[in-house]
Amino acid sequence: MKHRERVLQAKMDRILEAEEQGTYSKKKRNRVVMRFMNNRLSLVGLVVFAIILLMSIGAPLFTHYDPLKISLKEVLQSPSGKHIFGTDKLGRDVFARVLYGGRISILVGFGSALGAAFIGVVLGTLGGYKGGVFDKCVMRLSEVFMSFPQIILVLLLVSMVGQSMGNLIMIFILTGWGGIYRMTRSKMLSIKQEEYVQALKAFDVNPWLICFKHMLPNALGPILVNITLSTAMFILQEASLSFLGLGVPLQIATWGNVLNAANDLQVLKSYWWLWLPVGIVISLFVLSINFIGDGLRDSSDPSQMG
Amino acid sequence: MSERLLSVEHLRTWFPVRKGVFKKVVGYVKAVDDISFDLFRGETLGLVGESGCGKSTLGKTILRLSPAREGKVIYHGLDGKDTDILSLQPKEMSFFRQKMQIVFQDPYSSLNPALTIFSSLRDSLARYGVTDEKEQRKIIGDLLEAVNLRPEYMDRYPHEFSGGQRQRIGIARALSVNPEMIICDEAVSALDVSIRAQVLNLLLALKDKMHLTYIFITHDLSVVEYISDRIAVMYLGKIVELAPTKSLYTHQFHPYTQALLSAIPVVDLDAKRKRIVLEGDVPSPVNPPSGCSFHPRCRFCTERCKKETPQLKGYEIDGNMHYVACHLMDKG
Amino acid sequence: MQDEVLVSVKNLKTFFYQSGRCNKAVNGVSFDIKKGKTLCVVGESGCGKSVTASSILQLLPQQARIEKGSEIVYHKDGKDIHIENLERNGKEMRSLRGGDIAMIFQDPMTSLNPVYTIGWQIGEMLQYHSDLTKKERRAKEIELLQAMGIPLAEQRIDEYPFEFSGGMRQRAMIAMAMSCNPKVLIADEPTTALDVTIQAQVFDLILKLKHDYHMSIMLITHDMGVVAELADEVVVMYMGNVVEKGTLDDVFRNPLHPYTRALLKSIPVLGKGREQNLQPIRGVTPDSLHRPPGCQFGPRCDFFKKGVCDGGLPAEKWVSETHMVSCFNHEES
Repeated sequence: MKHRERVLQAKMDRILEAEEQGTYSKKKRNRVVMRFMNNRLSLVGLVVFAIILLMSIGAPLFTHYDPLKISLKEVLQSPSGKHIFGTDKLGRDVFARVLYGGRISILVGFGSALGAAFIGVVLGTLGGYKGGVFDKCVMRLSEVFMSFPQIILVLLLVSMVGQSMGNLIMIFILTGWGGIYRMTRSKMLSIKQEEYVQALKAFDVNPWLICFKHMLPNALGPILVNITLSTAMFILQEASLSFLGLGVPLQIATWGNVLNAANDLQVLKSYWWLWLPVGIVISLFVLSINFIGDGLRDSSDPSQMG
Repeated sequence: MSERLLSVEHLRTWFPVRKGVFKKVVGYVKAVDDISFDLFRGETLGLVGESGCGKSTLGKTILRLSPAREGKVIYHGLDGKDTDILSLQPKEMSFFRQKMQIVFQDPYSSLNPALTIFSSLRDSLARYGVTDEKEQRKIIGDLLEAVNLRPEYMDRYPHEFSGGQRQRIGIARALSVNPEMIICDEAVSALDVSIRAQVLNLLLALKDKMHLTYIFITHDLSVVEYISDRIAVMYLGKIVELAPTKSLYTHQFHPYTQALLSAIPVVDLDAKRKRIVLEGDVPSPVNPPSGCSFHPRCRFCTERCKKETPQLKGYEIDGNMHYVACHLMDKG
Repeated sequence: MQDEVLVSVKNLKTFFYQSGRCNKAVNGVSFDIKKGKTLCVVGESGCGKSVTASSILQLLPQQARIEKGSEIVYHKDGKDIHIENLERNGKEMRSLRGGDIAMIFQDPMTSLNPVYTIGWQIGEMLQYHSDLTKKERRAKEIELLQAMGIPLAEQRIDEYPFEFSGGMRQRAMIAMAMSCNPKVLIADEPTTALDVTIQAQVFDLILKLKHDYHMSIMLITHDMGVVAELADEVVVMYMGNVVEKGTLDDVFRNPLHPYTRALLKSIPVLGKGREQNLQPIRGVTPDSLHRPPGCQFGPRCDFFKKGVCDGGLPAEKWVSETHMVSCFNHEES
């Protein structure tokens, strides 16, 4: 027998013994949470996510530098005891910029994901349930927004309304609602066929109540997963835009803006601390969100065995 | 002779089949095809047939959960007023929805998994005037007791119950608005054999206590014999035979009914029966055969059967009205 | 005359391990499958009958295990093959599956691969278990479909499962199972998903096969009517144990176990109409993770004796050469 099999057999023997002696865990555990906890990758993701998030929120606790303070005396210093990540072209402490920048980036990412989800879920629920002309119109609208190459649309809108954090979030929401709308809509279409919905119709219950109180809770699983994965996507988008200089105004610290310094071959070669630490932080954060999202999806999927 | 509760007249429910880029209608699934019958107050009418015969669609069409193409469903009110339910505006339906309810087959999808029993049931009560939460709890508690469940179960979630219990909750839900008629759509088919008896006996007891009328849809002929007063046998969207239960099981006139009854495996070891095995499959309701839709599988098929669709006609046999749709009956 | 025993199952225990709990789905089941006879395993959902069948062919999911002490012996040409000791997906087990012991399942739509033609799927079986050439295989495929009563077999062999009706698909599955002339056919609720008239057709087919090929059949069902029509021998299961077994006459004319008797009394019999007194079995089937102590049927049994029936599992008692019951009380009831 191979090693893996031996481990499995041993685990089974242990469970059998516990069962016979009545020493098994009698607590009623939420299966979804349990499955999630069992998924090592998701747990790691959760830990990394929590660390980065907490450090960003509690930035003042970790650094006493002001991310916006320019200090021309200390330009381009490599990492040292004084500046953990060194300083950038304008003498600003990079570590502080990464920490405070996290706040903005995460806010933009999460805010956009939530906003897009709100619009997408409301429209998807109504469209999926009601159908008809309303649904067809919104579908066509979503197709228009989705088939446009997103970056072009974003650039277009940025050039029209100008750069600011609020505008950026709005733009992301506008370009991103389509995906979650379609997903919610298709889930609603399938839930509509369920017998408990037909029973509610047989009781002539108010359609709004049917949609939002009875049908929506059953679609929440995939919606939540979508929100987590969208957050990651929007953070990356913000980083890319800011890297191009088209995101949040450059003086405000965001991860993308910090990365912006790296659009120069000279910087890439000689001043690695300007882009490498922030790049790693972005990657780690996005990866961890993806692991959490995967974990959520796997653990709430009823077809997987526990 | 009790009065009529419902009269169904020439009901048709056809679902369009669309093909091509422009979704052109190329044909129809004739799920319910020209059905007429009366439902009397206080009776249990069994509706039997195999899959695809349209019995579930018939039940849903009567409740307007499926759209009828043509025909009438006339409700005979206790006050003497007759109303064609199908011609009503959605707003006017509300009154009648309270009178006619449905219990579904699948105990696992008939209750909302995300809500407690109380949350699920209270909205229907609220719709018909009971808005005070305390009162709602009392009524739901009473209903649960009526179906032999404990009132405190109302704060639990569906997954905490077994199939049989869920089915009883479904029955409680149907009863919650004091209906006059309940359509049981394969209500016991998904249950274990030993639980079936519990639920069947419950349905019978409730019928007497609350003066209900049932339409009992099933494919199980032993179950329908136990619970029904009259039975309608359906094949491909039409009723082929309709008679009081005892009469039907003693003597069947339509060849399909004969084959159906002989095909059922029987628990009685001493019963000697010659089984009639039908050739071929049940044809699709999109392209039913011409004339009598049963003719390709019928061992008595004549030329007339291939061309002319037989009408459901009543014959008085032993004091009972026995309806059959078969040309062979004309020979006497 | 002793009937030749093809498969003997002794004290089979199959446990499922999930979320730190052990579910004893099959907890000590013994029976014999005899040559040319039909054995019906009957019981309600959750009694473990399907798991028993899957255990014989070792078609169990990863978290299930056939426990030590279980014996599944296949008697072939004088040799005894201990299936419980074979590697789950080893060469020997795989050649047994389909070659000697075949299985058909309840829902033909999900047990046939929708992206391959019927002919291809049968051919795959032949390819694995025999040495026929491609041409010979195709001829055999057509012959099989015809033998199963599928008209226009030469055409239908190149069709996909979705082009077949439910009854046809089940026949195609039976054709697949029969393609390598198995000695034993295990049928897990083969007609539950089919209409009554189609069910009659499939049963006729199974009886014909049994007669023509002298094949042994293990039929799993919850329908007592089916048992009455097809069985030679009956095994009644409840919560993972065999509560009663014997010939059809033994079990149906003289049911001894309270569960068997209650089950027979709670089923509406065709022809008896309203007059019959349907007596439901009180209570519900317990959750397999919260089992009652002692005899599993105890809490629902009208003959429950405190102190006796909640002690341990009752032993097998042979009332006659063929009839066995597992009950502390059987003499009284």
